[in-house]
Formats: sequence, structure tokens, C-alpha cells
Amino acid sequence: MIVKKEMIAMLLAGGQGSRLGILTSNMAKPAVSFGGKYRIIDFPLSNCINSGVDTVGVLTQYMPLRLNTHVGIGIPWDLDKNVGGVTVLSPYEKISHTDWYTGTANAIYQNLTYMESYNPDYVLILSGDHIYKMDYESMLDFHKENNAEVTIAVMPVPKEEASRFGIMITDENRKVVDFEEKPAHPRSNLASMGIYIFNWKTLREALVTNKEQPNLDFGKHIIPYCRDKGAPLYAYEFNGYWKDVGTLTSYWEANMELIDIVPEFNLYEEYWKIYTKSTSNVPQYFGTEGTAERTIIGEGTEIYGRVYNSVIGCDVTIGEGAEVRDSILMNGTRVGAGSRLYKVIAAENVTIGTGTVLGEGRDIPNETRSDIYRDGLVTLGEETEIPAGVRIGKNVMISGVTTADDYPNGMLESGRTLVKEGDVE
Amino acid sequence: MRAVGIILAGGNSKRMKELSRKRAVCAMPVAGSYRSIDFALSNMEHSRIQKVAVLTQYNSRSLNEHLASSKWWDFGRKQGGLFLFTPSFADASSQWYRGTADAIAQNISFLKTSHEPYVVITSGDCVYKMDYNDVLEYHMEKRADITVVVKEMPENFNVERYGTVQMDADGRIQEFVEKPVVAQFNTISCGIYVIRRRLLIEFLEKSMEENRYDLVQDILIRYRGLKRIYGYKLHNYWSNIATVEDYYRTNMDFLNPEIRDYFFKQYPDVHSKVADLPPAKYNVGVHIRNSLLSSGCIVNGTVENSVLFQQVYVGNNCVIRNSLILNDVYIGDNTIIENCIVESGDTIQANSCYKGENGIRIVVEKGERYTI
Repeated sequence: MIVKKEMIAMLLAGGQGSRLGILTSNMAKPAVSFGGKYRIIDFPLSNCINSGVDTVGVLTQYMPLRLNTHVGIGIPWDLDKNVGGVTVLSPYEKISHTDWYTGTANAIYQNLTYMESYNPDYVLILSGDHIYKMDYESMLDFHKENNAEVTIAVMPVPKEEASRFGIMITDENRKVVDFEEKPAHPRSNLASMGIYIFNWKTLREALVTNKEQPNLDFGKHIIPYCRDKGAPLYAYEFNGYWKDVGTLTSYWEANMELIDIVPEFNLYEEYWKIYTKSTSNVPQYFGTEGTAERTIIGEGTEIYGRVYNSVIGCDVTIGEGAEVRDSILMNGTRVGAGSRLYKVIAAENVTIGTGTVLGEGRDIPNETRSDIYRDGLVTLGEETEIPAGVRIGKNVMISGVTTADDYPNGMLESGRTLVKEGDVE
Repeated sequence: MRAVGIILAGGNSKRMKELSRKRAVCAMPVAGSYRSIDFALSNMEHSRIQKVAVLTQYNSRSLNEHLASSKWWDFGRKQGGLFLFTPSFADASSQWYRGTADAIAQNISFLKTSHEPYVVITSGDCVYKMDYNDVLEYHMEKRADITVVVKEMPENFNVERYGTVQMDADGRIQEFVEKPVVAQFNTISCGIYVIRRRLLIEFLEKSMEENRYDLVQDILIRYRGLKRIYGYKLHNYWSNIATVEDYYRTNMDFLNPEIRDYFFKQYPDVHSKVADLPPAKYNVGVHIRNSLLSSGCIVNGTVENSVLFQQVYVGNNCVIRNSLILNDVYIGDNTIIENCIVESGDTIQANSCYKGENGIRIVVEKGERYTI
């Protein structure tokens, strides 16, 4: 059989995303729900098929089960192809020196055979951490026009924020003349988005040459190697919506941006659809006292209470008289009657008892991870249960099946962390 | 598997009025995000019937589009699959389907090349959940030649567009009166039949020789004395949608919590083509009471006791009451819609008012739509 793909994509989906806290306790970051019915990985996967890239290797390592079941054989994204399509690539045992994926480029290196089997001219490197719509085909056109060996997607960021990113310094033709990682005094405002197109030969050579480098990384090793070798590097400027959802706060903000009347990131355009694995087709139901404002809601959800400024997933139930504000409730969550929720992020299948109050109280920093559980958010891990009638403060994280005994005087003060061990370790 | 399936989906109904202009009855949108035929197809799927023929004739474009891929019902298999039979014209003797029996007879090779011993025949315009294996078991237990699924309707139910049956204590059908002017019995045929494949082939070949084309008149009624025809009583929800009133009522039934629970929460699921629509969106000034809304809707106004299908846009200050708004309808600001069925793809201008005064009003408005 003759196999030829002009460009294949390699999607790095193995990272934990530890700054999302409890949300990634049992799934990799790309599998985390987003925007009611989607998962983060749906955005790069949909971009691939919309850009005509029909061969995608998804590299997994950390907690891959949810990702594997979601991606499957790629049916929702039309990536179930006779030749190509989606392939989940996990670390594997070898005759000698078996390794985990030790770095972004190391993961790609360990899958040279996969890429080789498609005989590609170009390889697109993607990460599964961002919310955006991008046409990789026009990036490829740019790459070809410039006879580049490596093209790095960049986006302009405000000067004052530039020191948080890898910054590309380019000439007037967008040729990269230099770059610096998180510079104190940035010389440009073009931030790397972690999206690369490589000529296949350039990539293979760079990976093989640097294979002994510990924690082989694109930003730290491969791109500098290519520059030092004198390969033409170009920066492809992207000006659309692009949101990093690396922290709980940015994750919450990105969700909230979807509920604007005409959101900057618009899911309602016919062009450039975002696909996901649908678990349900059921319409949503509003009871006689139910209402929703500035809210998006997924399939099968039943609203008997009031919802404002929120992102609600599929098969959620919001009980009578309950009030949900500024919150993200993922698939299968149940909110008991009469409960009040403010700035809650509830992972999948959370059960909240009747008459509870979440997210009210003083703004005290979280006792265990004040860097993660902050900005007044109440974060509830997957399958968490909250008993009826309790009051819970701000900057709180709760995980596991909790009972009334865990709440002295029916209270959990702001800033507390409450983790109950489940059946599994 | 023990049976192949046949779904009769060719029918048109004048009683659907304007709604039938666009599509066959089986392609009518139901309960927000389904099509009528999804119920029969999902029943086939869950009864593990892997080989299913859909017979279409009238205005089948919409239906064909819906069935373009069979993967939603898991029929895209090496064994079996979904077969779409539309009349085809080979020579001067070719004919449209002249009746239900003729439709199957014209595709008799489907039956002849199958090896499953039984055939389950159902119409595609009914909303119900059923495991056909239960009927098969009954059929075998009764040593029946044909089993007809029947339902006892309330005394006041108007049976005049249904086949009515009278059964003896054992369940054997004694009388079968099609579309009675004066109702004698209130047990009706649901249009679901189980029959041995070889017997059906025999019936069909004989009927064709005699130029008889109707499954009910020319097989069921004609042979009811000669053959063992049994009735299997269905106790769960079943509704035929083939008139405007029944279509409206069936959709409104889904606002009833028990019926919603039965179809949406209890095993098995009803499957439909996945539309890949974004979540429904509710902006400021929204009031919704006792209503079903589907994916891709954007709502700015008031919705009460209504079903909004997929991708409906409701403008500011609109009031939608007791209405069905079918797929992809745009409703401009300050519009009032009461007791209506709004046809799919409609664009309703701002500041309009549509009210069904005596019964349900069907709104077909092809206003100009400006898309952003």
C-alpha cells in the first residue's frame, strides 16, 4: 500500500496540568470539560479536521483513560479514516532503556516510526491546552511560501505580559532572528503559542541528533538547535481568539467569556464547527419556576431553579428554588433544591444536597494551595458529594464523599481544603 | 439474530397539511432533537435487529439526509446494515409503490437473501419504545402466523384513522376493521407486525399475482380466518403523529414528567443523528416556563409550555406560548406566537403576531434572513 500524507499532526496530550488542581486529579488536562459540552482537546482536534489535517497522533501519558474513551477511533471529528485518522500513542516498552515520555520533544522522538509510516512532508506539533480556532492549512501555506524549515505560530501580547512567554524576535519578513524564554525586558511582543510546523527531515534530524538530551523539549532544545544550525525559522502571526486554560482562574474566565451576547469566541458560527463526542441528544427542560440568564446549557439538563452567568454541562439537574451564579457545572452534576452557589466549579457527577450555600463568606486564601484555589472559587472534584444544609466559604476545595460530620456546625470556612479518600487509593 | 426489520416510511398524510410539503411524515422532527423514524430505528437497534430495510417513497429527501449515515443507530456493520429502498424505474413495467405490500414485494430479494427466520415490520411515524424480542417470544409461544401489536385506547379515543381489532380470550384476532366509520372496538393496531419470513414471501407473491397491494386489507384482513393472527397488547406509551393534532399533542406529551422520564431517562436511549450543535444560550431578559429547548438555540425572550427544536433564535421581548418551533427558525424581536407550529427554516419578521384561534395554526413564513 502506498501511503502519503502531506502534513500530519502530533498532539501533545500527556501533561497533567497540575495548576488546574483537583480537576486533573484523574484525567489529563486535555480531557477536562469546557464550555458546557466540550473537552479541551476538542478544539485542536476540530481545528485539525477543519484544516484538512486527517492524520493525528495523540500522545498520552498522565491519566489517559478519560482521554482514550473520549477520542476513541475519532468518529466525532471524522478522524476514523481508512488511512490515517487518529491514533493514541502512549509510552511503550522497548528492548533496552524503556522510558516514559520525558519531555515534549522526547515524546515525539519516541514515535518516529509512527510519523515515518505516513511519509509526511511536514509535521504539525500541537498541544492540548488551548481554546482557539486556527486554520493550520494557512499556516502551512505561509511555511511553504517562505521556504521555512520551522514555522512557529505566534501571537501579539501586551508588552507588560510578554515576560511570561517565549518571545520571538523577527525581521520585517517574519523571519525569526532571535528568541528568548520569559525575558525580563522583552524585545518583542510576539509570544510563541507552542504550535510548530517542521519540515519532516528537519524534525527527524533534530530529534535524532538530540536524543540523548534529558527531558528533550521543543522550546528549550529543538528550536535553539534548529536556529544554531542555521535553518530558516519563521513566525506565523495569529490574531484570533486564543486562550490558555492552564490555571483554574483562566479556566473559569475562558468559560465565562462564552456567555457574552456576542462572545469573542463564538461557537454559534456555521463555519469552523467544534465537534465533540455527544453523550446525549436529549433536549433540556425548564420547569415552571426555572429560568436562566447569560448562561449556556448542554443537552439533557433539567432546570427547576434559577441560573445566572453560568456554563452548565449535559444531564445536570438544578433543583427547585436553587440559585446558581457565576459557576461552571460539568456533566451530570445535581444541585439540590434551595441551594445557593456562587463561583463554583463542579467537576463531573458532583452531588450537592438541598439547602446548601457555597461560595459565601470572607476571602481567606486557601490553606493548602493558595496559588491554585483562589479568586473566591469553590472547586469540587469529580463525584464529590456535599450533604444537605451546609455552608461553604470561598477559596475552598472539596473532593470525595463528604458527610455532615465533616462540617462542624454545618460550616466549612473560607480557605479550607477537604479531601475524603475514595475507594481507590 | 432471529429477525430482519422493515420500516415503512413512504407515507404522506394530507392530515399533516402544510407540514407535509417539505418531508415525509417519518422525517417529522419530534421532541426537540429527534425525527419520528428515530424511535423505530432505535427500537430495532436495541432489539439487536441488525439488518433493517427502510421503504421510502413520498418526498424522501429530508429522510434520506437523516439516514445518510447509519452509524448513529450502529447499523454500519459488516453483518446486516441499513438498506434504503426507494422505488426505482428499470423499464416500462416499473411502478411506484402501490401499497405497503407492494413496497415490500418490489424489494422481495431483501427477504429472499436474508437467512433470519422472522421479519419485524413497523411504521416509521410512531413514537414508542419497544423490545421486539418480547413480541417474537409471544409470537412463538402462541404459534401464530402473524402477530399484530395492538393497544387498547380510552373509550373516547377517535379510532377512525386506525385499524381496529377484536381479540378472543387467547389473544387471537377475530375481527379486524380498517378505519371504521362507526367504531365497534377501541383496540387499535399499532402497525407493528411479526411474521415468519418464508410466510411473508409466500403472501407477497400470491398478492402480487392477484394485483393486491395492501398489507392490512389484502393480507391481514383477507387471511384472518384462515391463519392464526394474534394481537400482542402494548401497555407503554405509543403515539402516531400522522395528523397535525396528533403531532402537536405527541410533542406536548414530552412536557409531562413521566413521559419525559420514560423516553429520556430510562434504558434504552433513543438515538438520532448527531447535529454537533453548541449548547443552548440564554441571554438577558429570558423567562422560560415548562418548556423543552434543544441545542443551538439562542433565547432572548419568553417561552412557555412550548417545544423549541434545534437552532431556534428567539428575539428580544418575544412571547412564545403553547407552540412548537421546528428546527432552524429565526424569530425577530417583539413577536408573539401562541398555539402554533412554526415550520422549520422559517424567518419570522420582528413585531409579528401569530395565534392559533380554533386549534393549531401552522406558520410557514419564508421571510428574508440576514445572517451575520
